[in-house]
This record gives sequence, C-alpha cells and structure tokens, in this order.
Amino acid sequence: MHDTSTHAAAHHGPPTSFIRKHVFSLDHKVIGKQYYGLGLVAVIIGMVLSWVMRIHLAWTAYPIPGLHLLSGTGAPGNVMTPEFYLQVMTMHATFMVFFVLTVVPFAAFGNFFLPIHTGAEDMPFPHFNMMSFWTTFVAFCVMLLSFFVGDGPTLGGWTQYAPLSAVGAVAGPGQGSGVIIWATSIAIFCVGQLFGALNFIPNVLDLRCKGMSMWRLPMPTWAWFITSCMGLTSFSVLMPACILLILDHVAGTSFFVASNLVINDQLQPHSGGSTLLWQHLFWFFGHPEVYIAIVPGMGIVSHVLITNMRKPMLSHRVLVYSMGALAVLSYMVYGHHMFVSGMNPFSSLVFSFPTLLITIPSTVIVLVWIGSLYGAKLRINAASLFALGFISMFITGGVSGFFLAQPSIQILLHATYFVVAHFHFTMAIAALFGIFSGTYFWFPKMWGRMMNDNLGKLHFWLTFIGVYAIFMPMHYLGLAGNVRRYQAFVVDYMQPLVGVHQFITIAALFTGAVQLIFIYNFIHSRFWGEPAPENPWQGTSLEWSVPSPPPHDNFGGKHPVVYHDPYQYGVQSSTGDYLMQDSPEQVKGAQDEP
Amino acid sequence: MATTIHEPPKVEERRLPGRGSPGNGDFRNLVPSDGKLPAVQDYAPAPAKTGIWVVLAAIAMSFAAFTSALIVRQGSAMDWHHLVLPRILYLNTLVLLASSVTLEIARRRVAVFMTGARTLDLSPARWLYVTLCLGLVFVAGQYAAWQQLRSEGLYLATNPASSFFYLLTAIHAMHVLGGLVGLTYVMRKLYRVVLRRSTLDTFSYYWHFMGILWVYLLLLLWMKL
Repeated sequence: MHDTSTHAAAHHGPPTSFIRKHVFSLDHKVIGKQYYGLGLVAVIIGMVLSWVMRIHLAWTAYPIPGLHLLSGTGAPGNVMTPEFYLQVMTMHATFMVFFVLTVVPFAAFGNFFLPIHTGAEDMPFPHFNMMSFWTTFVAFCVMLLSFFVGDGPTLGGWTQYAPLSAVGAVAGPGQGSGVIIWATSIAIFCVGQLFGALNFIPNVLDLRCKGMSMWRLPMPTWAWFITSCMGLTSFSVLMPACILLILDHVAGTSFFVASNLVINDQLQPHSGGSTLLWQHLFWFFGHPEVYIAIVPGMGIVSHVLITNMRKPMLSHRVLVYSMGALAVLSYMVYGHHMFVSGMNPFSSLVFSFPTLLITIPSTVIVLVWIGSLYGAKLRINAASLFALGFISMFITGGVSGFFLAQPSIQILLHATYFVVAHFHFTMAIAALFGIFSGTYFWFPKMWGRMMNDNLGKLHFWLTFIGVYAIFMPMHYLGLAGNVRRYQAFVVDYMQPLVGVHQFITIAALFTGAVQLIFIYNFIHSRFWGEPAPENPWQGTSLEWSVPSPPPHDNFGGKHPVVYHDPYQYGVQSSTGDYLMQDSPEQVKGAQDEP
Repeated sequence: MATTIHEPPKVEERRLPGRGSPGNGDFRNLVPSDGKLPAVQDYAPAPAKTGIWVVLAAIAMSFAAFTSALIVRQGSAMDWHHLVLPRILYLNTLVLLASSVTLEIARRRVAVFMTGARTLDLSPARWLYVTLCLGLVFVAGQYAAWQQLRSEGLYLATNPASSFFYLLTAIHAMHVLGGLVGLTYVMRKLYRVVLRRSTLDTFSYYWHFMGILWVYLLLLLWMKL
C-alpha cells in the first residue's frame, strides 16, 4: 500500500518578523513548542493546586501561607473552606486533563513531529493550525479568569455533573459565573482541538512523502492519527453539551434540571430536564478523552523503546490494531462511569461487557512491549527509563481497572480513593511518564541541544518512587472506605486513615520538588546544553534525517523518499546496526513492510 | 556485510500536469490554459478534500449529540409540547435546496469557463450571486420563523420543544452564514482568476451538506418521536 501523494503541504516562506516567527507562527514546529510551553505552565498550576489540597487533607487546620490570594472568601485565615477545597480540586483536574494530558502528548509532540514523520514540510492548513494553538490559549486564559471573577471557579469537578452545575449560584460558590466560565473555556478548547484534528488527519492521509505507506508510519504518528480521530468525534460532542449547559444558566432552559428541584431551600425555576443527559453527553467525550491522553503516550513509548532496544517490536501491526481497538471500544464503555448514577442496571451490564473487553487490546499492547523487551539489550537512559515507567504505571492502573469494570465491586469503590488511585495511574501518571520520555528523547531534535542524562535518570528514579508512594496507599484508603472529594476526615472510621494521608502528602511534596530537577535540566540544557547532532540516538525515522533543530521547511527544500519501514534495527548497514527510512541502501535481513 | 543500492520503491505516479507544462496547471492546481480538466481534477489538493470531510464529520457529530439530547429530553418528562412549525420553514427549505442547485450550475459553468470558453452566457459568477442571495433569503426566512414563534409567545425557555427549535435552527443558520462567508471568498478568488477547482468543490460539499442537514433537522423537529 503505497501512497502516491507528493503534495507539498502549505507553501509559506520562512517568517521574517518576530511576531510571525515566535508568536503567530504558521510553522508546525513553533506551534508544537507553544503547545509544550502551555502544557508546562498548566502542569505547574495543576501541581501547585494539588499540593494545596494535599496539605489541607493531611493537616486540616494548618494555614497555608498566601492561600487567601487565590480566593477572597474561600480561605479565611489561609485555611480552606470545604467549598474552596472542591474549587481547587476542580481546577486541578481541569488544568491537568485538558491543558496538560490532552495538550502535550497529542498537540505538542504531534504538531512538532507528525509532519516530519510523514515527510511533509508542514501541516496542510497552517493558518488553522495556528488558530488551534491560540484558541486553546484563549481557553486556558478564560479558565484562569475564573479564579478572579465572582465567587471563584466552579466546584463541580471536571465532570460538572448536573443538576448542581446547571442551577446557578444557589448550588454553591462558583456554580454561577464559575460554571459559565468553565463551560465557555471548554467549548473554546474543543474548537481548538477540532482545528488540530483538521490538520492531523489530512496530513497523515494525504501528505505522506513518496514511499511512505501507512504501515511505514512510525508508531507515534499512528497514535496521533488514531487520537485525532477520537478527538474529532468526542470534542464535537462535548461542545454541544457545554452549549446546553450554558443555556441552562443564562437562558433559563431546562435541559439538565428536573422539575420540582429544591436546592438550599429554594425551588428551582426549571422543569423536566434530565440530569442523566449531561452524564451521557459528558462521558461520551470523557472516556475517549482517557485514551486521547494515553494513546499518544503508547506511541511515544513504543518509539523510544524500539530505538533503545535496537530491535523492532514483536509486531507493529498488532500494536496499531490494538490502539485502534482501544479507540473504537472507548466509545462503547463510557457508561461504566455511570454505574452509580441510577441508570438502568441492565445498561450497567451492557457497559460492563465492553469495559472488560477493552482490557484485551490494552493487555495485548503491554504483552507486545514486554515480549519485545524480553532478551533485549536495552540502552538505559532517561527516555527509556521513563518509557519503562510508563509501562509500569499503565499495568498498575490497568490491574485496578479489572476490579472497577465490574458493577458489583465498582458501586462499593466508586466514591473512594481506590478510583483516585486507578485513574491517576492509568491516565495521569502514565501519560506524564510518556511526556517525560518523549521530552528526553526528542529534546535534542526540538531545541538542538542534549539534556543531561544523569540528571534525567535521577529525575526518573525519584519520580518513580514518589508517584508510587503517593498513589499506591490510595488503593488501601479506598478499600478502607475512605471517600474521595471530602476536604477533611472527621468521621470516626476515617480518623485512623489521616496518618496515611499525611504520608501521601509528604510524598506529593517530595515528588513535586523533584520536578525542579527536570525544570533545571530543561532550562539549563535549552541554553547551555551540548549541541545535539543530527541523529543522537541512531534512530531510523525521518526526524533523525534532518538537522537538530529542523529547518523551516523540515527537509531543506528536498522531498524525502522513503524506502523502508521505520524500525530497521539489528541489521548490518553502512551506518551501523540500523537503516534509516530514507536510505536507499538494501540490506540483507531487513524486513520491510510493503 | 552486503550492501547494494536499489531503486526507489515503485509508486504509481498520478497523471499530473507537470510543473513544466504549458498554462498554469502546476502544483497550485490552477486550471491549465489548455483546458485539460480531468488532469486538474486528479491533482486537486487532497488535504482540502479530506479536510472538508473532517469538518463535516465534526458538524455531523455535533448535531448527532444535539439529536440524542432532544430524544432523551423528549422522553424524560411530560412537559414537551410539540410545536406546530411555522409554514415559512417549508419555503425556506425550498430556497436552500434551490441554492444547492444554483451552486451546482455555477460549479459546472466554472469548469466550462475554465476551459477557455469564456462567453458571457456562461458567467458562473452570476449563479454564485444567485446562490449567495438564496442563502441570505434562507437566513432571513429563518429569522421570520423565529419572529412568528415569538409572536405566538414561544421563546427559547418556554418549553423544551421551543428550546430545541431555537437552538438547532440558530446553530444551523450560523453554519449557513459561515458558508456564505466562504462563498464570498470563492467569488473573490473567481474574480481574481485564481480560483482553484478544489476550492469550489470543497465549498460545494459544505453547502450541499448544509442543505441535507437542514432537511434532517426539519424532519427531526417535525416528527413526534
């Protein structure tokens, strides 16, 4: 299956002005870096918010200096009110899920490397691509604004369950203007991500260079392609949901609010709405979103591991098919988030089946990784360590998923820390490890300098230990009945668990502090790191055939021609034990996909 | 270690008007002066055609979400009072469908026009104007329908049926207005004689989809589910 497309992407010359070069740039590489920077800011905000929560959970009455700056009314004496705790929790989740886990593995790395992997000189629609970033940036600013408007951000969680999210200020601080700002920001974010999909999908389908068949695409590009298909179909459902939510607030409609609802002794002027409708619309987006966060990481980790194992995976096709199966099944399992919502128990059973089924492609992916690693002489560096860490986190989180897939167990554990541990391992920490792995691996190509690998390894080990110290005890907390979303554990049976929370908080502060090593390494390497050669890891895909960093049009005016599949390792070629994709050399023993 | 240099993989070349061919049928996909349209169509930039399907898929998914919301909301309580649709909507439907016909006429005339047969009789711009006017008439007609409902005391929040009516028609009308902005872009390109065939094709997919979507929405709002 050869693609014959030889179209150049967008014919725009190199930028000359500062604004065009660094701000409103059309260059996919600059846009990728902008997305990365946005993700970095968002992750710092999200992490600081999590620290605030953790300190409060461990030492409830302890004043946190400066907390009053975040809220005029939510932190009297710098001690959180229960409502402000929920507001902080909501913002932590929102920033992390949307502006970190969606933005960095998919939009940042994808923007930078997808066109290079396909052999294109840019995205097909660079103006839309630029708008994609700036729309997302506006969404980010709007979300930040909620800290400074009215009575602060919404406290409804990143899921914004109706009816409390739809009735206005009567439901608590931030439930008026805070929800409107949240929904507006997310709707804008959806537009930005749809602009992204508009570029990613045609790039893969139509802008591949000569000889670059679909099966010759590197794993991350397959992952970004599958992710953009998921983004296309899920963000375009979340946006209408947000519009309906905003209308319930500002126009007095009753999409999500039932009749005769009394909140805080006030009869709500709505009638007949369906509270479950919001959950259906939200989770139709929400579950694919989990895979939007994790699938790019799978692609990145595969790419990093193959390069460092110096041999291909057991089967690339199985990996790609499994990622595709994850994408398809992710739409059929969303109801497992709603087992306790009061929906028909038969529906729970129906959603339970594909939920168990989705563990098959996940397991296949993990087995392919482990089977490929078996007997491999893996080069140990920061990128490969974080890739291994990704697998570890994914397995740990996946195993708890087996339990939660069954409604009878999930109903007991749903509102507990067990679920917090589960989704942080699978979706959050695994994806973050994928981000770190990609950063250490591609930093030389993105910024033209090498990162300090020893600092990277130190960063890995301390982070690895730290995150397990944070999230493993949460399984125990959940099994002990420790409910989540509570700001203090004053009930008798939870009192003995406070010590565990204090341990987790110390681990969280420690793990957060460890990230300073990464930030130092990043900034120092960016300006003073050793200049990176063109192909520091002896990789085979097209990004390693261009200078570090790549020129404006990626290939210096040339149109690359691809002769091999992306992972020709363990061969004897004139360059060593690998064969570049664009090398016309034919080597005995090389196995090329058609 | 045996290494040899082998030929590039065999890939099927498109029948393209080469960069050196006469006329302007080069990689920018401008229509060649020798009028070989089939070749041009072959070389229509694929990303634009794929891109429009991505856009249409996103719009279709959004309206699918609204549809499922409508169905759930209709069945969730007894407060759904089915609307008697304003009659002007049927006229609007004819206007929008007619605009698709006029756009198709324009598209075909552009093709002939680009072959070099530039006679005034075939002026495609005229039909694009007609399409633009019909699009504006459609939006004005939708506005008239909203006015009629308002005069009957049916507002956005009056009951869920009216909520969905205003919501779906307004969002569709916004998409139509977006299409009209696109049409003016196409017309500007035509006047500058830099219109790509693929641009017009892409726009026509969008516009025809707006017509199909409207017929779907009309049926959805008309039916008692």
